[in-house]
Amino acid sequence: MTETALRIEGLHKSFGKLEVLRGIDLELAEHEVVCLIGASGSGKSTLLRCVNLLEPIDAGRIVLHGEEITAPGTDVNRVRRGIGIVFQAFNLFPHMSVVENVTLGPRKALGLPKAEARARGDELLARFGLAAKRDDYPDRLSGGQQQRVAIVRALAMQPRLLLLDEVTSALDPELVAEVLEVMRELAAEGMTMLVATHEMGFARDVAHRVCFLDGGAILEEGTPAEIFAAPREPRTRQFLERIVEAGRL
Amino acid sequence: MLIAFASTVVFFGTLAFLITRAPGWDNFKAYFFDWELYRESLPEIASAFLLNVKIFLIAESIILVTALALAILRSLPGPVFFPIRALAIVYADLFRGLPTILVILMLGFGMPALGVEGIPLDPVFWAVVALVLVYTAYVSEVYRAGIESVHPSQDAAARSLGLTRFQSLRHVVVPQAIRRVIPPLLNDFIGLQKDTALVSTLGVVEVLRQSQIIEAARFNGTPYLVAATLFVALTIPLARFTDWLVARDRKRRLAAGVAQ
Repeated sequence: MTETALRIEGLHKSFGKLEVLRGIDLELAEHEVVCLIGASGSGKSTLLRCVNLLEPIDAGRIVLHGEEITAPGTDVNRVRRGIGIVFQAFNLFPHMSVVENVTLGPRKALGLPKAEARARGDELLARFGLAAKRDDYPDRLSGGQQQRVAIVRALAMQPRLLLLDEVTSALDPELVAEVLEVMRELAAEGMTMLVATHEMGFARDVAHRVCFLDGGAILEEGTPAEIFAAPREPRTRQFLERIVEAGRL
Repeated sequence: MLIAFASTVVFFGTLAFLITRAPGWDNFKAYFFDWELYRESLPEIASAFLLNVKIFLIAESIILVTALALAILRSLPGPVFFPIRALAIVYADLFRGLPTILVILMLGFGMPALGVEGIPLDPVFWAVVALVLVYTAYVSEVYRAGIESVHPSQDAAARSLGLTRFQSLRHVVVPQAIRRVIPPLLNDFIGLQKDTALVSTLGVVEVLRQSQIIEAARFNGTPYLVAATLFVALTIPLARFTDWLVARDRKRRLAAGVAQ
């Protein structure tokens, strides 16, 4: 855990007059799992979208594997091919079957031949217990299955960094476990992951580091043990107390 | 079911009764329902109708492409594309505002009169151009509504995979947009089918002009009935075919009996 995968420096982002990110500094080593926690509106999702260049940033730099991807003239499509992102609402393509969803990126963005893309997709689908669903359309799957397909779709690009944006928040409670299981597996394999989540159990068990976001800034960061057992900041304590009351930790 | 049947019978029975009791009914019947003339004029009118079908098919295949291109140009984001968006808006406003018959007359009589070397003189050519210009404006609005109805998160998902803006449109946004606008698209194409009759104003012998010629020779309006039958006979199968397409797509995505 020495090589730096991602470095964010002084990142600012506003939507109109609303400043959503106020100077974020964050570093991720290769194979590291970092969880972003914090209330809704604290800027977790925006931060992930900025890293994937889905949102243009106002100030600061993002360096991915040594390359400054926020430099003007950067080929955003090339950068995005190396970063996987999974969204809260799955965002599967409803007019495509599962396997078509999974192979679209490899075929069109990486230019793989159809057979090769299918082989790669089928292998991943089989690995995550979705082989039987390969020809189904997303509307016919459960939420948990849809989110697992969305993760497979991101993995099919063989990204070096995976961004997960509250991927279990839209799921029925009984479907959360199967998605968390996939995330645990990826973490165990050494996938570098930046995870915005409300699943404190996952953050505590899997994350190497936890960052608490408040009002668009990282108020506190540390190992899960530090953050969950002995938070320094009153705001962090308050947030965690509410989470405990809600029975989420 | 029974009530629907009974009320239908009563409604149309009353209507038929009232119409056939109108003072001019006998004249009306003689003028429009001469079955002898119907049979006699059908082949000639039907063969003139083929020209309408041809105009319709050529115009429609061009419009499907030009309208989509216009809709995409209009949906380009950012200040760089402002001139293109503005041009697309001006075009759509202009050609939706002009009566189709005016565009046909202006191009059909105007362009050949220019006397420019090599410019086509065939009024049918200019009629097709006029229909394409007008209907591209209408149909592009339908496409645009479809494109805007696809949630931005779909584009974000496609772009996040590294697809270009164009690839995202081509594989993710437009296919979904088209599925949603098939019924209104059909609506415009039925309109186009009917507007091919406006080409008669250029003196082209298509279905309407042919009917008029026979009507004038025989002092009988039955040829109009023939033309009407032909238009409807083309429209109804097209409408049912579209319904079938939409239903098939829905069924494929939501197989019955599979629980969420």
